[in-house]
Amino acid sequence: MSSLVTIRQLTKTYHRGPEKIQVLRGIDLDISRGDFVAVMGPSGSGKTTLLNLIGGLDAPGGGEVEVDGQRIDQLKDGQLANWRNGHVGFVFQFYNLMPTLTAQKNVELPLLLTKLRSSQRKRNVEVTLQLVGLADRKSHRPNELSGGQQQRVAIARAIVSDPTLLICDEPTGDLDRHSAEEILDLLQILNREHGKTIIMVTHDPKAAEYANRTLHLDKGELMAHLDKGEKVDAPVASY
Amino acid sequence: MKYLTLIWAALLRSKTRTVLTLMSVLAAFLLFGLLDSVRVAFNSGGSETNTNRLVVSSKLSITQMLPYSLLSRIESTPGVQETVYAAWFGGIYQDQKNFFPNFSVGPGYLDMYPEYVIDPAQVKAWNADRTGAIVGESLANKFGWKIGDTIPLQATIFPQRDGSNNWPLVLRGTFRLEDSKRKGEENQLIFHWKHFDEANLYVNGQVGWYIVKLDSMEQATGVAQAIDALSQNSSHETKTQTEQAFNQSFAKQFADVGLIVTGIMSAVFFTLLLLTGNTMAQTVRERIPELAVLKTLGFTNRAVLVLVLAESVLLILLGGVLGMLIANMIIPAFSSASGGIVALSSIPTQTWALGLALMTGIGLITGASPAMRAKRLNIVDALAGR
Ligand SMILES: Nc1ncnc2c1ncn2[C@@H]1O[C@H](COP(=O)(O)OP(=O)(O)OP(=O)(O)O)[C@@H](O)[C@H]1O
Ligand SMILES: [Mg+2]
Repeated sequence: MSSLVTIRQLTKTYHRGPEKIQVLRGIDLDISRGDFVAVMGPSGSGKTTLLNLIGGLDAPGGGEVEVDGQRIDQLKDGQLANWRNGHVGFVFQFYNLMPTLTAQKNVELPLLLTKLRSSQRKRNVEVTLQLVGLADRKSHRPNELSGGQQQRVAIARAIVSDPTLLICDEPTGDLDRHSAEEILDLLQILNREHGKTIIMVTHDPKAAEYANRTLHLDKGELMAHLDKGEKVDAPVASY
Repeated sequence: MKYLTLIWAALLRSKTRTVLTLMSVLAAFLLFGLLDSVRVAFNSGGSETNTNRLVVSSKLSITQMLPYSLLSRIESTPGVQETVYAAWFGGIYQDQKNFFPNFSVGPGYLDMYPEYVIDPAQVKAWNADRTGAIVGESLANKFGWKIGDTIPLQATIFPQRDGSNNWPLVLRGTFRLEDSKRKGEENQLIFHWKHFDEANLYVNGQVGWYIVKLDSMEQATGVAQAIDALSQNSSHETKTQTEQAFNQSFAKQFADVGLIVTGIMSAVFFTLLLLTGNTMAQTVRERIPELAVLKTLGFTNRAVLVLVLAESVLLILLGGVLGMLIANMIIPAFSSASGGIVALSSIPTQTWALGLALMTGIGLITGASPAMRAKRLNIVDALAGR
């Protein structure tokens, strides 16, 4: 499998007044095309920060981030926005849907930036809503949907423009066990049957089991890459 | 166009607030539509036609009268084809609020205004009656006057020689104007200057203004200078100007409508700026996470800036156009209630243009600061609620 995401010596430091917080301390990471990676770690360990850097939402302090042959750490603001539109889909813990738009219109949002015509956009939205099992809810607004349904709309929005990479930050963090399982099943189908590369942050070991492997982040450093079935007893400090 | 749903959705986010803002924008532009139409009507003086007429009035003030003796000297000025004169009377009919322009005129006045359509037989009957009067059709209809009726005009400035304010005049004819823009002139009453001159207590041998018809308008500047030279250094220096310029300064005698309108509207728009500015700032503040999501999806900083600006302009345009449409509907009633001072059937194009420009301007100004905020928004901080 070829490497889709290549990260070298990635650092990120936040300045809070005179105080410097080093959130990421030199991350090296490769993610293959078609992989499903879970990222775990204590709160504040830098998981969200790592995802934001891979997804081009933030600029690194140092190091390289290459996605699908593109050095995104070298892109300017406007280029980065265009790149995100074509290459990444984001799924957040609290869905982040537009409250006044219907499911259909929410899913259509990324397509507004493409050259697709209205009829093509509609068709793509229909197909995607079908895929996440919400075809019958397309005219509903977020407040008329359950949490699980809203997250499925968010996933539809993330995959509608067929991005290379799907980035999920605690996608089940706000859901009950049953809805969470549905979402995880959906992500697994997207990964296995549609070949989507997925990076997912989670606090839930059961959720991580859906992934092919799990990364552990602690205090801004990666502790271990584990393949499915392996178990971590203690952080592998030597890694 | 495809982004319109997005802008709509933003406006519909807080319906109550949007409706309230719309209402205040609507009210402001309703007022603007009415007032600015009045201003335009006043300043156009009803006449934009290319006549070859000049008006000679006192340099000091339109209310200052000129000697009748100037007539022959004006008539003999080269380039002058014909000269008539008139004098403001300022009478009222029954009540002060029934205002309409009325003045006495010298012989040949109606010949000077061929656009006043009138039956020659009526003109003849009028000329034969010393106390006869002619009125515009609109005015006759308004008060239900018929030919032969006596109109009990009341003097406010010029009493009769016996001190009485009663000036009974007999209606001898009515005229009309085909040009719909000049219908306001149908609210005039004219009677004989000779009667005015002989019967009034105060002035004798005085006229208000002369109207001069030229051989050709190309000579206007030269002739005007020659006429004004006639009275130079006298106690009654004149100012000769085109009919349109005269009508404007005449209207200003009642009120400088332009200044009043500008004053009122400045106050109204200033309030509107604060109000909508505040609304826009608030809606953007509430939508920070949503705007961050748009950026996440690939909307550039500039796209987000334009979206917020468009939202602000659309809000003002919606309310503003609605307000001006309502103004357009009530203008005829407004116009007739003004007793002919304002002759309007709809909002003039000039007012529409100014209104739309103001709406866009106000929209851009009120949207500017929230739009900049949206543009600068840092995705990561906004998503984390920082
Ligand atoms: N913009 C910022 N300014 C200052 N500090 C920040 C900023 N973003 C993140 N941090 C800090 O960086 C650290 C890592 O944050 P991050 O959100 O990546 O953690 P996380 O692993 O996702 O935690 P959680 O599991 O709670 O979501 C935290 O200490 C956080 O306070
Ligand atoms: Mg996080």
